This record gives sequence, C-alpha cells and structure tokens, in this order.
Amino acid sequence: MNATWSRFNITSVVLGFAFLYLPIVLLVIFSFNESKLVTVWGGFSTKWYVSLFQNQGLMDAAWVTIRVGLISATVATVLGTMAALTLTRYTRFRGRLLFSGMVFAPLVMPEVITGLSLLLLFVAVGLDRGFLTVTLAHITFTMCFVAVVVQSRLVSFDRSLEEAAMDLGAPPVKTFFQITLPVIMPAIVSGWMLAFTLSLDDLVIASFTSGPGATTLPMKIYSQVRLGVTPEINAACTILIAVVAIGVVIASIANKRREVQRLRDEQAAQRG
Amino acid sequence: MSDIAATASAAPPVDVSASLPARLAKGFVGRLVIIVPYLWLLFFFLVPFVIVFKISLSQSAISMPPYTPVLDFSSGWSGFVGKLKQLSFDNYLWLTQDALYFKAYLSSVVIAGISTILTLLVGYPIAYGMARAPATIRPTLLMLVILPFWTSFLIRVYAWIGILKPEGLLNQLLLSLHVISEPLVILNTYTAIFIGIVYSYLPFMVLPLYSSLEKMDYSLIEAAKDLGCPPTSAFWKITFPLSLPGVIAGCLLVFIPAVGEFVIPDLLGGSQTLMIGRTLWNEFFSNRDWPVSSAVAVILLLLLIVPIMIFQQAQARAQEQGK
Repeated sequence: MNATWSRFNITSVVLGFAFLYLPIVLLVIFSFNESKLVTVWGGFSTKWYVSLFQNQGLMDAAWVTIRVGLISATVATVLGTMAALTLTRYTRFRGRLLFSGMVFAPLVMPEVITGLSLLLLFVAVGLDRGFLTVTLAHITFTMCFVAVVVQSRLVSFDRSLEEAAMDLGAPPVKTFFQITLPVIMPAIVSGWMLAFTLSLDDLVIASFTSGPGATTLPMKIYSQVRLGVTPEINAACTILIAVVAIGVVIASIANKRREVQRLRDEQAAQRG
Repeated sequence: MSDIAATASAAPPVDVSASLPARLAKGFVGRLVIIVPYLWLLFFFLVPFVIVFKISLSQSAISMPPYTPVLDFSSGWSGFVGKLKQLSFDNYLWLTQDALYFKAYLSSVVIAGISTILTLLVGYPIAYGMARAPATIRPTLLMLVILPFWTSFLIRVYAWIGILKPEGLLNQLLLSLHVISEPLVILNTYTAIFIGIVYSYLPFMVLPLYSSLEKMDYSLIEAAKDLGCPPTSAFWKITFPLSLPGVIAGCLLVFIPAVGEFVIPDLLGGSQTLMIGRTLWNEFFSNRDWPVSSAVAVILLLLLIVPIMIFQQAQARAQEQGK
C-alpha cells in the first residue's frame, strides 16, 4: 500500500510545505540584508542583529515576554493537567458540562473577546494593569490548550497500572506521582512548550491586559510593523524562530531517545 | 444530575476494587484537582463575560473607567431595583442604527466563510497526501506541519507584507518573468486577508483532516475500484464521508477564530477592509468607548455561540471515542 504514494500525493505535500515554509525562509534571508529596503538584496550583513541588541526598548520587551511566558506556562501546565485529570477521570460531578465547556471554548474564542473581557474583570476588581494581569490572562487561555494536550494522553493511558499499584497498597496520591505522572510526562512537557510559545506569541490579549511598563515583544513588534517593515524586525523575528526551532528539535530528540530506551527496556524485560 | 452525585457519594467507603478517581475523590487532594481549575475558569473565564454583558448595558462616560457602572450589588436590593431602571440598551440601539457595525459583522462572517472553504481546498490534498505517505516518514511530515504553528503568528503574518507589497517579492518575481507588466495590488485588499487566513490557519485544518484520513481503511477504496467505481466517485462516496469528522473539526477551528480575527485584517487588509475584530479594537483603543465595544463583543459572542457549541460537542464525542 505504501507503494501507492502517487505523484499527485507527493506533489500536493511538497507544494503544501513550500507554501508553509517559503514566507518564513524569505523573512530569515532578508534579515541578513545589507540594504535597508527589505525587499531589495544589497549583500550579506549582520548589522541588523547588532542594532537589535542595542535597541533597549526591544530588549526590555523581550525580557518581560520571557518572564511572563515562563511563569504563565508553568502555572498553566499545573492547572491544565488538573483540568485534564478532571475531564478524563471524574465523569460525574455537578457542573461537569459547564466545566468542559469552559475548557474547550477558549480554544476557539476570538482573542479580542477574551482580551476585552479579562481587562474588564481586572478593572472591576481594581487590579492595576501590568505584569501581573498579563500573566493571569495568559495562564487562563493557555491552560485550556495544556488540558487538551494532556487529556489526549490520559485517554489512552492504561489504567490497570494504577490499579495494580493501589492493590499493592500504594496510596492514591503516591500512585499518581509514581505511576501516572511519569507516563503522561511527555504530554505535560509538550503542553508546557505549547503554553510557553502561545504566551510568547500573543499580541491581542496582551494589548488589552497589559499596562505601562509591561510591554511585551509582540506588542513592540506590532507597533514597529505598523510604521513600516524594517530589517531589524526581520532580525528579531529570525531570533525568535531560531529559539523556537532549537527548542522543538531538542524536545523531539529527547522524546525519540526516551522512546528508543523504552523499547530497549521492554525487549530486555521480555528476554529476562 | 444531583441524584447521580448523591448516589455516587453514598457508595460504601470501603471498596477495595474502587478505581483511582473514586478513591481520590474521597480525599481532599481529589477534590482539589476538580476545584482549583474549576474556580480559576469560573473567575477568569465566565465572570468576565458577565462583566462584559453588564458594561454593555451601561452609559459611556468620560472618566476612568470610561463608563458609569450599573448593577452595583453593594447597594442592597432596593438599590439593585433602582439601578435596574437605569439599564440602557442605548449601545445596542447604537449598533443597529449605524450600518457600519452590521456591515462589519456581515463581512467578517463572509470573509471567514470563504477563507474556511479555501483553507479546506488547500488543506485537504496536503492531509490526504500525508496520510498516504510511507508510514516511516509520516511522523516527520506531521512535525513539519506543526512546526510553523510554533513560530509566532504575528511573524508569519508580517512575512507576507514583504511578499505582497507593490514593490514586494511576488511582484518582483512576476515582473521579471514578464507574467505581468504592472505590479499587482494585493496588499491592503480582501485578497491579502484571504491569503493571510489560509496561511495562518492551515495547520488547524490539516491536523484534524490528517488524523481522520490516516485512520481510514484504504482497502475500501481498492474494493470500490475492483467493482468498477471511478476514482472521483470513490472519493465522494467513501473517502470524503469517512473524513467528515475531520472536515467539521478543521472548518470550525478555522471559522470561529477567523470571524473575530484582528491581526490579519489589520496588517494585511489595510484601512479599507472591514472586519468586526478590528472594529472592536478601534472602538476600544481609539474611541475609548468601553460600553459600545462590550456590546460589539456580546453580539459577536451570540453570533459564534452555535458554532462554538457544535465544536464542543464534536470534541466531547472525539474524547468518548478515544476511550
């Protein structure tokens, strides 16, 4: 059946990936452009990277963004994992329908609505807009993505492992930390990474909920893009892309290694 | 609902064969697992909508916050009744009187609809090709679809400005190939918005399509072919119906956020194009009219509530099947 990967199928996959990747590749290439005109090639240069690191405003914004991302992704991962456990394990409790609605709806909710509603909440409770409010907003919308990722792993989880541990006398909490958590760890890690990148990426919700002194990188990039396209922004984007690409590659290598190790262990166990 | 909960809690406490959740739920920790995310979402997701609704019914005022609060619960019941009389539907009336809002809602739905169909047309062959690829390279292909999703949305939209500009890369290429004699005007038109949405949301379409196409049993197609069914009719009678759950999930994942999209119309659509996400943004940030932007959000939410509920149902069903 694999031999039937027809020419049509190959062409559509290749064209599809060209469409997905070409704009990003062009963006990266033109970040090394000597000329200030983004679309005319004037020779290779790294000067935009140098000027980028001298741009204090951008650097401050990058630092804010990273801190917001680290804190919100971590809290969102804890809350999202709890939400995933609730969704898969507790099939009956009062208000379960409402709960699953609140987990799934933010996935597709237009960002302008989420941003506006969170801002009005913060104003209503008298919280000053700034670092804290952006972080709280990011926790709220990213935890739902974590919940979905972890939930998909929990659904296929072999529960007899837990039952075995508890039959042997392990208390439920210990069973969770020693059996369940290690098994769903890859999903939790990718949930964390997803939450982190969503937080790094967010413009709309951050614009609504942040205040003076808590400008994030996307907000900064956005305000510069509105003034015009410059190679400096291309350079900033290239660095962001590189960071994400390196992170994803490291994660997938680690994942693969774990997989290989697991297979080896299983084979050893069968032989032994 | 409460009956079920009551029977569940009335179950005998010493049950060795009880599953982990049942035993956890009895403990404090188990309750915490439900309560913490529940309360968080109630407070940060549901309560804000109530506030939006409340503010959409209040008068705008030039102060900080720029609206006069109504429904202030601190003044007791008589105060509450008094305030009820002050509720104003002025903002909603305002929305119906100004044709701009109606046009913005309508064009958002139309743009999102057309873009969804375009994304489906572009995404289906990709997902199909991936599902039929040799099993050894499928994980790599899958990762290549997910990877752009990890790179910033803003960056990916920004990248298209340099391509679509009048003096941009696409026009340079087409001019040098003598396909066109004058630069095409694409940036700041609806075409640019379509390109932007199709490009940005493509992974959301491809992933659910791929997962339903990959599960499909291709011997069905071969059987149809053996029985003399032409390939196109085999596609419409077998492949497409079987991939329908993926089609529905993908279309909803593209359509719902696209209706309220702000970044794409703002950066690629220019000032001439009309979309409700941008109207809301301008109402809030430029006009500083919080009540009207809240009213815009409430109507947008009402518009999307049915597709969102269909999406949630589809998710719940997929979860049930996964078990």
